[in-house]
Amino acid sequence: MEKKFDVNVNPRKRPFSMQLDLSKFEPASDAEKAQQDRMKPSTTFFKDGIKRLSSNVIAMICFAVIVVIALMAIIIPEVWPYHYEEQLGLGDKWGSVDATYKNLKPFQYGQTELDKIAAGEEVFPHVFGTDSLGRDYFARVIFGARVSLAIGLFASLIVLVIGMIYGSISGYAGGKVDLVMMRIVDIIYSLPDMLMIILLATVLNASGLKDAIMGTVLADIGINMLSIFIVFGLLYWVGMARLIRGQVLSIKQQEYVLAAQSVGASTGRIIKKHLLPNCMSVIIISTALQIPSAIFTESFLSFLGLGVEAPMPSLGSLASEALGGINSFAYLLWFPALTIFLIVLSFNLFGNGLRDAFDPKLRN
Amino acid sequence: MGSKLLKYILKRFILMIVTIWLIITITFFVMQATPGGPFNSEKAISEEQMAAMEAKFGLDKPLMQQYGIYLLNVVQLEFGSSIKMRGRTVIEIIGDGFKTSGKIGLIAAVLAIVSGVFFGALAAVNRGRWGDKIIQVLSTAFVATPSFIISTILLLIFCVQWQVFPANGQTAAGLILPIFTLSLYPMAYITRLERSSLLDVLGQDYIRTARAKGVSKKKVLFKHALKNALIPVITYAGPMVAYIVTGSLVVEKIFGVAGLGDKLINGITARDYPVIMGLTIFLAVLIVVATFICDMLYKVVDPRIEFK
Repeated sequence: MEKKFDVNVNPRKRPFSMQLDLSKFEPASDAEKAQQDRMKPSTTFFKDGIKRLSSNVIAMICFAVIVVIALMAIIIPEVWPYHYEEQLGLGDKWGSVDATYKNLKPFQYGQTELDKIAAGEEVFPHVFGTDSLGRDYFARVIFGARVSLAIGLFASLIVLVIGMIYGSISGYAGGKVDLVMMRIVDIIYSLPDMLMIILLATVLNASGLKDAIMGTVLADIGINMLSIFIVFGLLYWVGMARLIRGQVLSIKQQEYVLAAQSVGASTGRIIKKHLLPNCMSVIIISTALQIPSAIFTESFLSFLGLGVEAPMPSLGSLASEALGGINSFAYLLWFPALTIFLIVLSFNLFGNGLRDAFDPKLRN
Repeated sequence: MGSKLLKYILKRFILMIVTIWLIITITFFVMQATPGGPFNSEKAISEEQMAAMEAKFGLDKPLMQQYGIYLLNVVQLEFGSSIKMRGRTVIEIIGDGFKTSGKIGLIAAVLAIVSGVFFGALAAVNRGRWGDKIIQVLSTAFVATPSFIISTILLLIFCVQWQVFPANGQTAAGLILPIFTLSLYPMAYITRLERSSLLDVLGQDYIRTARAKGVSKKKVLFKHALKNALIPVITYAGPMVAYIVTGSLVVEKIFGVAGLGDKLINGITARDYPVIMGLTIFLAVLIVVATFICDMLYKVVDPRIEFK
């Protein structure tokens, strides 16, 4: 009898036969195909974090505030008609000072300006008034915000770089190296930071560093601001180093690190390509939270008279100067104080939002 | 367990001693590195006078010898005498300032802990209601605000605008605002800490067991929950001392309180080395020892903690 061969019917599989069970290779049914349909496009870790962040109203408001203040601090000093150092009413050829420009209340004008207005000319108003030397206060506050923001950003970067290098080496090396490196961190960590900062800032201010940097780019920054950076570089990196070491310790146990090691990747490459990218979220979050703390430290030092050099203003030094005339010119204190409050609060809340959105440990 | 605890205490104690030694050493060498001796700013003095002055204060000896003498003196609490304020030893100055600063700091710490725990518990019990929300917003705002901003704003409102309190902190009434200002940040921090830890404890099984056995809500809260929720607050006590010490620098300057912070800042501006060194070491040791005690207390109070 001739057996009819049908391509659509599988031959019966005999028991104990090594033949493949062809029923396992049947075309998928529609129901099975439907399982493969993508319900929604796949997201990356970063995209998902951004989505979470943008649904956090408080964090987005704070982000907007930060962007607005930063843009103002960058643009306004360039286009504002008054310079932060310029003493108004000093301009006439005899070099005498027009006292009517000193301590103006907001939206008041000096004598020559009043004359100009009377003559029909337009004079740009002193939005925040002027200080005791007749300098436009709005220009000073905005420039102070620029200085404070720049210090916060650079100091955080310094902390980030040092902490990242130290922490990843310590975590990756492990063993005795790790033990010694972490003991050093422990000791620096238990130093009272503010007291040490005050001490170092005092000494660096008085030291010979000033002559050493004469004529270089660093001279423009000023010795006081430089000493703030040095202090941050010496003391503040330990928290970041600890954090990154902890991350590296857990990540280096992962299989992909072992795989990289087994194909002969160098230590530097493994740290750069595998370890650091994987602790990126933690790094970003703690840097974002480092910025307000740096701004705070700078304003604290400026407030004690150890901050930026006069005539350059920072928000802390403006508040400190205003404290002297608090009985008659209280409004001079409000502007820098509220600006610092706004900047520090926004950065803190935005940093918290970042942490909620990007920290894998807080995911549910 | 006992030997483990002992080993841990010993380890932390050694770390503390090393830290204190480091602080003393840093202070000494940092001051040595400063150019311009303390006599430079004064009117022109002759070479012999300068030499005599340096000999008097031991500034002419080799560096390492000066360091040795200094270490020995510090161990004996001998900080020398102030260069600028004639006839006053550093110990006297510290004692003088500490009378005021210690009082302010202690009251501020107690105020911060008591009201922080109270507000935190209040927020946790009323979770999700208006009271909780208000407490959370306020505590977040106070945690995020630098102390000198709060101090200046309070000074503006209460001393300048309304004139409720005197603006200088010499009198008892003048100390109310500094104490309040100093306690605000730790208070806000403890409130947040206590709230989250109490919420955590209230979700535990033993609380449910106690409630199931018919213990009243009040008794569960006070006898079972609050006790356990206080443990994280103990860990914060060390950093709180550090905060109050550094915070008092600013607060004392703003409110014109003649305390340790005020003396330190004056010392810095006058470049009075013995005063700066003595005060820095004193304050730093205070912070380090407080942190040590706090750590020990925490480990002893909570038996669940592992010793490493």
